[in-house]
Amino acid sequence: MHSLPETFNFAKEKNQDPYMKLHEHQAKEVISRFGVPIQLGKVAFSAEEAVEAAKNLYENATGKEWYVLKAQVHAGGRGKGGGVKLAKSLEEVKEKASEMIGMKLVTHQTGPEGKLVSRLLIAQDMFYPGPSEIKEYYFSITLDRVTGQNVIMASSEGGVDIEEVAAHHPEKIVKEHIDRAVGLPGFQARRIAFKLGFEGDGFKNAVKFIQKLYTAYEQCDCSMLEINPMLKTSDDKVIAVDCKMDIDDNALFRHKDLEAMRDLNEEDPLEVEAGAHNLNYINLDGNVGCMVNGAGLAMATMDVIKLSGGEPANFLDVGGGANPKTVEAGFRIILKDPRVEAILVNIFGGIVRCDRVAMGVVEAYKNIGEINVPIIVRLQGTNAEEGARIIDQSGLKVTSAITLAEAARKVKDAIGA
Amino acid sequence: MSILVNSNSKVLVQGFTGAEGTFHATQMIEYGTKVVGGVTPGKGGTQHLDLPVFNTMREAVETTGADVSIIFVPPAFAADAIMEAADSGVSLIVTITEGIPTRDMVYAKKYIDDRKVRMIGPNCPGVITPGECKLGIMPGFIHRPGSIGILSRSGTLTYEAVDQVTKQGLGQSTCVGIGGDPIIGSTHLDIIKLFNEDPATEGIIMIGEIGGSNEEIAAEWIKDNCKKPVVGFIAGQTAPPGRRMGHAGAIISGGKGTAAAKMEVMAACGIHVVASPADIGATMARALEESKKAHA
Repeated sequence: MHSLPETFNFAKEKNQDPYMKLHEHQAKEVISRFGVPIQLGKVAFSAEEAVEAAKNLYENATGKEWYVLKAQVHAGGRGKGGGVKLAKSLEEVKEKASEMIGMKLVTHQTGPEGKLVSRLLIAQDMFYPGPSEIKEYYFSITLDRVTGQNVIMASSEGGVDIEEVAAHHPEKIVKEHIDRAVGLPGFQARRIAFKLGFEGDGFKNAVKFIQKLYTAYEQCDCSMLEINPMLKTSDDKVIAVDCKMDIDDNALFRHKDLEAMRDLNEEDPLEVEAGAHNLNYINLDGNVGCMVNGAGLAMATMDVIKLSGGEPANFLDVGGGANPKTVEAGFRIILKDPRVEAILVNIFGGIVRCDRVAMGVVEAYKNIGEINVPIIVRLQGTNAEEGARIIDQSGLKVTSAITLAEAARKVKDAIGA
Repeated sequence: MSILVNSNSKVLVQGFTGAEGTFHATQMIEYGTKVVGGVTPGKGGTQHLDLPVFNTMREAVETTGADVSIIFVPPAFAADAIMEAADSGVSLIVTITEGIPTRDMVYAKKYIDDRKVRMIGPNCPGVITPGECKLGIMPGFIHRPGSIGILSRSGTLTYEAVDQVTKQGLGQSTCVGIGGDPIIGSTHLDIIKLFNEDPATEGIIMIGEIGGSNEEIAAEWIKDNCKKPVVGFIAGQTAPPGRRMGHAGAIISGGKGTAAAKMEVMAACGIHVVASPADIGATMARALEESKKAHA
């Protein structure tokens, strides 16, 4: 379901440091609280609201008749996919907004099924003519896991494919690691601005922009904050034209206001349902479902499925709570995927005993009723033999396994690979 | 011999009187770990599990002579507990707590780095020297005293490897769960160096996961310095790329961090890389045999 060309740290996203994404309009609102200059705009959920927002922008802020309509979805590459449009009058705003709301936006970060657009940001046009040259920059802050420090990465090659620039022209990426105790000192912000080629008023504004943005990153517990493009306007202002902000999930307890911005429509419904049961679930393309305790063992179990000739249909970590309730919830979620031909349950019982897990599996199975796919339950650890006996004597379409190699063979048999 | 902990380690439990602290302290004591007391601010002067409770780590260390602390403090307060432990004079901190905000860990790690103290974790199962000292939440009974050092980023996958090694009749010198968070106290390399110096460790199992580049860094060091056979496994070979916005993650990782890339580097550095987690134990036994023959 999620087939993206980019390599990405899956573990980071789902297990080690899960984060919450914000929409562009939300992220801009947040950084503007810290004094970062942003492209002005307002969110709209219908064509009427879009016109209202544009009118408001004209009358109360810009006095200019050009507007930018931007689809608000959790994906990058919107411009190329038709998710960003220029309107030169209120009529055009209405016409284009009606087209965009309800469209399926496909970009390289959405996957082929695209994302439904249900809200637009109506924003001021920043590319107006003036005395100095307009220029786009790339700017981001994230954590460098190798050094344990935050790192600022910026480039004067903004508005293009920055990953290409990083791969082929690393010298065009300015990198500054931030001292863990002191934060971002003024000289470092100036050095970045100089390296990017800012001068005059643009330089002064860039330094302020960088310092305020770093404060926002710190104060909001961001795991990533990216401005692309960071724009120097023709009158030497430095403005955030786009903003992508990811917030560390583990820090949301101290950011209730940001947590309230979560848009569940942007998340996979099965994953949202799993989250409600405290299950860590990701929907995938394969034919063998799995349910495992622990993220590392879950990934290893997916590898075993692949080596047995199957394809993992999901990632599912039930954590420490492999009880009848979580197991039943896990089964129900896996079984909603019509491609699943077999399910492998792999629980290493440490503190949680295998006989208890086995009873949980049997109870969950009976509660669900008829299950039409074979289930292989591999229980290892405390009371493993007793657990296997409970599974085998249950009279259900469930087979037990004790070693991982044995489980792999049984998966192979079940799918006829 | 072993690394990090042994039968002489004197352990304090931070978050001692909480549900997690109580449960796991009880298990550790039953295993034979020398738990000498615990800290819960505000409950100093009381007794818990027949051991003294202290208000501060300083006081606890001064009174008991403890050299190790294990932390079960809830995530919002865990970074503070880590810094208090680092300030108290213990030489080893094991942080079990999962879900500590990354920003808190940036500061806490800096605080640790400025002092003479080693940390394992956070978000880890802990450290065990079988038969001597269980310092964590792992099931003790799957371990046997022996000659294999195991280090891993995950919990249950470590138990899987331990179990396979035990069933090969080998046993473990020490097992270390280094934790999976973006910021951890000790990396793969830090622990590999300790195993390399430990006379009781004859072979090493290094289990990694996709993401980051710590396994590659350790592999490069192993190539030039490690005298012992190393078996490696990377979980997540079939894990799909996730959904993300922005490019910062890709730029900073520079294309590293995939299972394939890690396995390639590890194999090139002379590590016995296994594709299936089911083969970890058997491969270790074979590698140990070969190494003994070569040195015979």
